[in-house]
Amino acid sequence: MQDRTTRVRVSETAAPSGKPITALRFSGDITSASKEAVLGTYRGLPPEVKRIVLDLSKVEYINSSGIALIIQVLMQARNHGRSVQTFGLSDHFKKVFTMVGMTKYTELHADELSACAAFAE
Amino acid sequence: MDKEMPEVFVLSLPSKLGHEKVAMNTAASVARLMGFSEPRIEDLKTAVAEACINSIEHGNRMDASLKVGVILSMTATTLEVRVCDQGSGPRRETPQPDIDSKMDGAETPRGMGMFLIQALMDEVEWISSPQTGSCARLVIHLNKPKGN
Repeated sequence: MQDRTTRVRVSETAAPSGKPITALRFSGDITSASKEAVLGTYRGLPPEVKRIVLDLSKVEYINSSGIALIIQVLMQARNHGRSVQTFGLSDHFKKVFTMVGMTKYTELHADELSACAAFAE
Repeated sequence: MDKEMPEVFVLSLPSKLGHEKVAMNTAASVARLMGFSEPRIEDLKTAVAEACINSIEHGNRMDASLKVGVILSMTATTLEVRVCDQGSGPRRETPQPDIDSKMDGAETPRGMGMFLIQALMDEVEWISSPQTGSCARLVIHLNKPKGN
């Protein structure tokens, strides 16, 4: 048995102010097998990207190794001066992300609209 | 269901990442049968998956010829899950993850599995036996919500 493939789609959207936002839309599983999909996709973003939303609404399974990959995205984004908002987590994974302290570095939103609206001007 | 005699389900998983989902989904099915709430079932799924991953990665060191044993015992009010491997068990208690240290690179971003197991279950015990292998014992009780 293999982990379900991690799929990621990169798309452009905008904050209410009109400022550009890059959305990383994940689906499938996020596990230790997802390193290239998660970190490789992040590393492929052009340098001008300043605002990122992580869309986890179609992720079916995340384990602690997958959470560690998201932490690495947050770490690299911070080092690159990028702001990250997250949406689409189930109540359970909102609780888990909060338990491990990730809400200190990304806000968890119910939907894309509120995630995009949360970027500071 | 007889209160004195637990009903027991036994799984034997090859030590391959991804197989933990078999144990996770079986545990969820048993918990659903017992009447646990969906939030508690989600807690159980994460804890069982993480215990199996620990056994696959650390206990059996990814040797697919070694099995991870999963024993689910249900009584009227309690579900106990034992996850067993051929390793010597965890070497130390896992502290609460320090997100600042992880973000600063001073601590590995991984290493949260045992913390999550302890945080999500009502009872957790690590049983080490160098001769026969090690087990993680996870317990949840009906009508005892945790963190929900």
